[in-house]
Amino acid sequence: MVDFEPTEEQALIRETVHAFAENEVRPKAREADEKGELDAGVVAAAHELGLVAAALPEAHGGGGERSAVTGCLVAEELAWGDLAQALGILSPALLGLPAVDFGTPEQQQRLLPALLGPSFVPGSLAWVEPRYGFDALRLRTRAHRDGDAFVLDGSKCFVPWQHGLSRLWLVADLDGAPQAFLTEVDAPGLVAERERNLGIQGLPTAELTLSGLRLPLDARLGGEAGADLRTLLVRGRVALCACAVGVARAAYEVSLAYAKERETFGAPIATRQAIAFMLADMATEIDGTRLLGWEAAWRLDAGLDAMREATLAFDKAKRTALRVADGAVQIFGGHGYIRDYLPELLLRNARGFAAFEALALV
Amino acid sequence: MAISFELTANSCIARDHYHRVATDQMRPISRKYDEAEHVLPQEWVDFWWRKGRKGAPIDPQQPTDGFVTVCVQAEELCYGDAGLYLRMPTPALGGSAVSAAGTKEQKQKFLSPFRAEDEDSHPIWGAMAITEPSAGSDSAAIQTTADFDEVTREWVLNGAKIFCTAGEGASQVEGGFVVVWATVDKEAGRGGIKSFVVPARTPGMKLVGLERKLGIRASDTATLVFEDCRVPEENLLGRREVRKRDPKQAGDKGFKGAMATFDASRPIVAAMAVGVGRAALEFLKDELTRQGVAVRYDAAPADQGAVERDVIEMEAELQAARLLTWRAARMISSGVPNSLEASMAKAKAGLAVTLITQKAVEILGPIGYSRKLLVEKWMRDAKINDIYEGTQQINQLIIARRILDYPSAMLR
Repeated sequence: MVDFEPTEEQALIRETVHAFAENEVRPKAREADEKGELDAGVVAAAHELGLVAAALPEAHGGGGERSAVTGCLVAEELAWGDLAQALGILSPALLGLPAVDFGTPEQQQRLLPALLGPSFVPGSLAWVEPRYGFDALRLRTRAHRDGDAFVLDGSKCFVPWQHGLSRLWLVADLDGAPQAFLTEVDAPGLVAERERNLGIQGLPTAELTLSGLRLPLDARLGGEAGADLRTLLVRGRVALCACAVGVARAAYEVSLAYAKERETFGAPIATRQAIAFMLADMATEIDGTRLLGWEAAWRLDAGLDAMREATLAFDKAKRTALRVADGAVQIFGGHGYIRDYLPELLLRNARGFAAFEALALV
Repeated sequence: MAISFELTANSCIARDHYHRVATDQMRPISRKYDEAEHVLPQEWVDFWWRKGRKGAPIDPQQPTDGFVTVCVQAEELCYGDAGLYLRMPTPALGGSAVSAAGTKEQKQKFLSPFRAEDEDSHPIWGAMAITEPSAGSDSAAIQTTADFDEVTREWVLNGAKIFCTAGEGASQVEGGFVVVWATVDKEAGRGGIKSFVVPARTPGMKLVGLERKLGIRASDTATLVFEDCRVPEENLLGRREVRKRDPKQAGDKGFKGAMATFDASRPIVAAMAVGVGRAALEFLKDELTRQGVAVRYDAAPADQGAVERDVIEMEAELQAARLLTWRAARMISSGVPNSLEASMAKAKAGLAVTLITQKAVEILGPIGYSRKLLVEKWMRDAKINDIYEGTQQINQLIIARRILDYPSAMLR
């Protein structure tokens, strides 16, 4: 039966994460952006909430409650707090979930327990390539078999590179299809350079150059059988859609509050249709986008193919986030352009969805 | 419950059933009655009265999706033809008003003829008359009057109504009725507005014209004039008393009931809009496929053609509209107030399908523009959804007031 209400348990999770985002994440958003790093205390506190751990299998000490829909609820609330911090907090999933979905028992054993320990262990996944016309399924970064090793050459960008990162998945083309390979961050042939971007500045990210990077055969996700990374791409689009909805909702909410306070000609600007209709449009588009993302997530949870739905949702989310964040800057007027206020940060972050793939997973 | 996008088996039965009605009964005569405006689509009306109104062969022992199923049905039929959908012999919005604000007796009296099953029963229609030449979205500015004649204990209606959907059938064919909004006290403003059931062929109710429209031409959009049109006392829907202060809070089922019908009718109009938009989008995609253009959902944006990107955007917008519609509908079934969500669905769907159908004509070029095919018709049909049941702007206003928590006096 068609229904749009989360379960009681999901509602509770959403409430908890929202409170965390409001009390811990949002207050650090500006500082993280200006400093270019995440607040270690916030990341540690988020780890204690066990948001990623809940989705990992019970066999390895996780909560065993994997749900893309729940993942959307969590990602939206965290990204509502701050996108850069949300991506950082959820980064262990970038290492863990591919192993859960496609990994060999050895790969799962190697990666999962570490993510479920008492302290936060960051994860990462390198998919996007720094070029015009990047195609997530037809990569220029290539892997080829050379005796008892895979050799990787190419470059990657938007690779989360948090303090303490030791391993990550590299996505490279192997015989015409993308495959993921596990590597240590300090492997010879892998050079990481800290990036500076328009937004998500609070999340340390790296551009990687791979030259003759040799990885053992068992580094390939799924072992000899490999993995269907299309599914992972879909999971990334669903997660990023939820993040985009969170960013848009943050922009909408600060706009709404500001429009009710800010007066012109003796009345709040929210009493003017020009502003009120912008807000009405924002609210409608955000809700519509969220439902598209939920539908794709629900399909994933039901075991159905969701490439089309996830792509539609993500396509819509890119536009919604940008339009709403831009609207927020506009409603704030001159203040929207000033870094003391949130809208300019949200606009910079919102534009990123046009370039991101698989920076979060559900 | 839990977040789910899975229609029940019964909804799927209804969807498939009405899809066949759309393709077998409506599409073949879609162009005919677009061209032959104001001609009764006899074969369609007869089909609906004999067979269509019996409904889909759902399993009564199994659940449906409630109001979502109703939306699924409206989408399929308007995928067939939105004009013919509005010409179906049903109580329509008049029925919604009677259901929302009527007594048991009123419901029995006015709605049961629509369920008549005897052989010599004939198709009848219901309608609602709100709009006047100088009162559209601002329905509280209605000028039509209703005076009570203490001697005969009748209401006497005087005034003019325009844009009354199904107004020809409802006013002219014995057995049908028009629900007319009129004021019993102009001083009282909104609080003085009541609705009255005027049976078809009541003396004093005159059909003075049918509109010539951009689209939905198979639908009879009537101008009705009321000249000392008398209806019995018991044809008033809701309470007689005028609450001068705060009629909204007073529990008056008249105005409030009439407005509440919008909370249910807006999701239906949104679903109708989605049906028209889907007709155009499906045709476009089929034509692109015939021309060897496949829409690749997994291709990189830089590799996609402009048309592919347009189609993906159109599909996303249409689906967003459909899901907002289903959400508003689901809330009705759950008994949760949905004015905000109903307006969101209506505002979104009305604009989305306006743009989608216009884009479809653009992409298809001469094929889209030609009256040999139906794409240009769907563009004309789609536009009404951004106007009736509250224009885009009125719905924006409702959304804005709700999200800002402003009374109407603060945002006009």
